[in-house]
Amino acid sequence: MRTTEPPKSVEPRPERLATTVDASKFAIASKRLTTWETIANNGALRKLAILLVLALIWELYARWLNNQLLVPTFSATVQAFAAAVISGELPLRVWLSIKVLLVGYGAGVLIAAVLTALATTTRLGSDLLETLTAMFNPLPAIALLPLALIWFGLTPLSLSFVLIHSVLWPVALNTHSGFVSVSPTMRMVGKNYGLRGMRYVALILIPAAFPSILTGLKIGWAFAWRTLIAAELVFGVQSGSGGLGWFIVTNKNILDIPNVFAALFTVIIIGLLVENVIFRTIETRTIRRWGMATS
Amino acid sequence: MTPLLDVDGVTLQYKTRDHLVTATYRVGFEVFPAERFVVLGPSGCGKSTLLKAVGGYLTPVEGTIRLKGDVVSRPGPDRMMVFQEFDQLLPWKTVRENVTFPMLVSGKLPAARAAERAREYIDKVNLTECADQYPHTLSGGMKQRVAIARAMAMEPDILLMDEPFAALDALTRRKMQDELLDLWDEIRFTMIFVTHSIAEAIKVGSRILLLSPHPGQVKAELCSVPRSGAEPDAARLLEERIHEMLFAEPVEAQHANH
Repeated sequence: MRTTEPPKSVEPRPERLATTVDASKFAIASKRLTTWETIANNGALRKLAILLVLALIWELYARWLNNQLLVPTFSATVQAFAAAVISGELPLRVWLSIKVLLVGYGAGVLIAAVLTALATTTRLGSDLLETLTAMFNPLPAIALLPLALIWFGLTPLSLSFVLIHSVLWPVALNTHSGFVSVSPTMRMVGKNYGLRGMRYVALILIPAAFPSILTGLKIGWAFAWRTLIAAELVFGVQSGSGGLGWFIVTNKNILDIPNVFAALFTVIIIGLLVENVIFRTIETRTIRRWGMATS
Repeated sequence: MTPLLDVDGVTLQYKTRDHLVTATYRVGFEVFPAERFVVLGPSGCGKSTLLKAVGGYLTPVEGTIRLKGDVVSRPGPDRMMVFQEFDQLLPWKTVRENVTFPMLVSGKLPAARAAERAREYIDKVNLTECADQYPHTLSGGMKQRVAIARAMAMEPDILLMDEPFAALDALTRRKMQDELLDLWDEIRFTMIFVTHSIAEAIKVGSRILLLSPHPGQVKAELCSVPRSGAEPDAARLLEERIHEMLFAEPVEAQHANH
């Protein structure tokens, strides 16, 4: 219900003309933020502060518990880490892990590329890829390790096999769905230029689907890294030449728990480094710069 | 004089999920060099589909489309398209690269010549300042100007424009229409321009093809008014005439169609 009736007529009002102030006449006063505000606005610094607090809590709890076999102190872990790095033991283990990982990751991406190419060009290939990914994507790679050991024995081939499995499906799935979702307009633009076949895929589809492809590569990397460490725990390759996972098991067996923590520390650092430095750099140089990032 | 583009009795059909739709029925027209040929009709008259067929994306079920005497069979850089959608620019390329890219991949020009011509056409659409920006930093109107520069730099036989200004705000649209006409004065290119706005058709076109909806059939082919503005009433009269021709049916009948 209206409480007041609208007026019967509107009084005519005079027009108005005004002059605007020229932009150059404005004195835009800007003031620097205070130092404290600048620091508080820096996300990296805030996170660093959280890390410091967590380290402090860890140190205090470990000292209160006073049991090196269950939870070594933060300082002991750092010492063990430094010692293992200086002795060259840890870098060697990391290198062995990374080497296996790169081979498996590379092979997985390559096979994914072939499968996606097949799926993009033929309908049967697309059905094949969708069926295979639906079947194998939910299967944890580590569950294939016993089978791989029977097929390939105690060789790096077994590790590569499970790694390929963990990389292949997410990469193929994301690349394919990225290709499928390229907008019809962009496809028509590519065709308009007279592009066909592989040139069309390389010059239009791959860059247009790059956000999805990058997501696939990231997920593939994360799966592969976790799978590798888990697989190495079960399986140290030939004695003495195992990677980080093997380092964890052997140190656990001799109850050198600070070293186990140091190794876990390394796993975290490498994971962070690749996800936040390598992939982030690729992201800022490509899809963020192009305005194609979804988040 | 022989026509540049000869569309002869073209019937177009496309499939949706569960229907076979006839978009146009035996549509025919000719476009001569340096004509600004507008295809005008209400939504659902198959004008965009018709343009896509000229672009080579669609094969007529009946009739032929000939460009310079050769039957159009697939998309190609001799018929550059400008779309309505803003995502027609490749987001991973800067403005300059977007304009240069088609000249390079179609092998039309060597890199140095292509760069030179890209600069020339970017200047023509007043985007010199933004040449090294990525498309996502541009406004809608600027994106459409890049698309126009990109298509024109190819110096195609015919320019195909699919409602290029429909997604722009009214002020920008008027400005873009003026700029397009200025460019035409300068270069005298041939274009087919698809629109559903009668005013735009009269302003942009030199010749106007009217299509009726469901499916599209030729209703009339008219000459637009001269651009000089010497006859201010002519444009208004033509607009009324077209409006009458397109919406001749009584209102009830129109509702039944939708």
